[in-house]
Amino acid sequence: MQIELNGQPKELTGATTVAALLASLGLDKAPCAVEVNARLVRKSEHPNHALAEGDRVEVVTLVGGG
Amino acid sequence: MSTQAAIDATAPAIPPIRIGSFTLRSRLVVGTGKYRDYPTMQAAIEASGADCVTVAVRRERLVDAQGRSILDFLPLDKLTILPNTAGCFTAEDAVRVSRLGREILEQLGNPGAGWVKLEVLGDKTTLLPDPVGTLEACKELVKDGFTVLCYSSDDPIIAARLRDAGAASVMPAGSPIGSGRGVANPAAIRMVIDRLKLAEQGGSPEYPVIVDAGVGTASDIVHAMELGADGVLLNTGIAHAQDPVRMAHAMRLALDAGWHTARAGRIPRKLYANASSPWEGVITHIPGE
Repeated sequence: MQIELNGQPKELTGATTVAALLASLGLDKAPCAVEVNARLVRKSEHPNHALAEGDRVEVVTLVGGG
Repeated sequence: MSTQAAIDATAPAIPPIRIGSFTLRSRLVVGTGKYRDYPTMQAAIEASGADCVTVAVRRERLVDAQGRSILDFLPLDKLTILPNTAGCFTAEDAVRVSRLGREILEQLGNPGAGWVKLEVLGDKTTLLPDPVGTLEACKELVKDGFTVLCYSSDDPIIAARLRDAGAASVMPAGSPIGSGRGVANPAAIRMVIDRLKLAEQGGSPEYPVIVDAGVGTASDIVHAMELGADGVLLNTGIAHAQDPVRMAHAMRLALDAGWHTARAGRIPRKLYANASSPWEGVITHIPGE
């Protein structure tokens, strides 16, 4: 299954959830927020939110800014 | 207590600033962007005396996930983080980014989860606010429970509209972000402040107005505070100074200087001189007399 992750194509093997994706990226404990198709997926929903073919996923964090 | 501290202690205390349900000890809010490194940023924040700092929401750098996070250099137990919506050019994007920022700050247990510095920008060249998009996003975010601090142009009419839409603070731009031009139109900033704070113009003296953006040097802060601002928000003026930590210290002093000046009642401007030494008893010839 192919998704778009932070603007780049990403191949996922098998069924997967937001939580599984974050774990595979080493970000499961990092302070970050996830959007799927421009909608926020709250942290409590990560284990249950299944990703689908073509989903646009954004994983964001906090950076320096003014 | 040092001599300097003893002198400072004689000045009237500067009260904390209240923005919606938030209270900040310092009226200087500083950004965390553009520093050459995180330790310099951390030292500059400390020197500024700020207890609130702004941050931006950006994509995780997935190729460099081991890189150091800014959060390792921000004492989250002491600072209230104010997430911004910098980089948003539509109301819709600003609402998305606000929610993402809130989600992260909730995970961190920081009180900053409850508020947002709303920026809806018109274009990349001026980075000036899009007033229509800002108003639209402000309404949506207020409905969603955010305490909204609105970056705005220095126009009293849109400022009042944002206040009416529920903005907890309106933050007029002194001049474009990062321009270092200070308060480019003091008359306009004064009109924004009067509109929001004077009872005869439908304002409230308690309503917080923070001059945001354009500060290049400490005197710009004094200027903004003399015009009646409740606080100042800046980033580049400190971060890109040759010595950011020393500049942060200067900015803190300027805030205090401007606060006291605004309440000390400055002398009126006059075209001609008014001698400080008495004329009585002069032993000289005065021209024309």
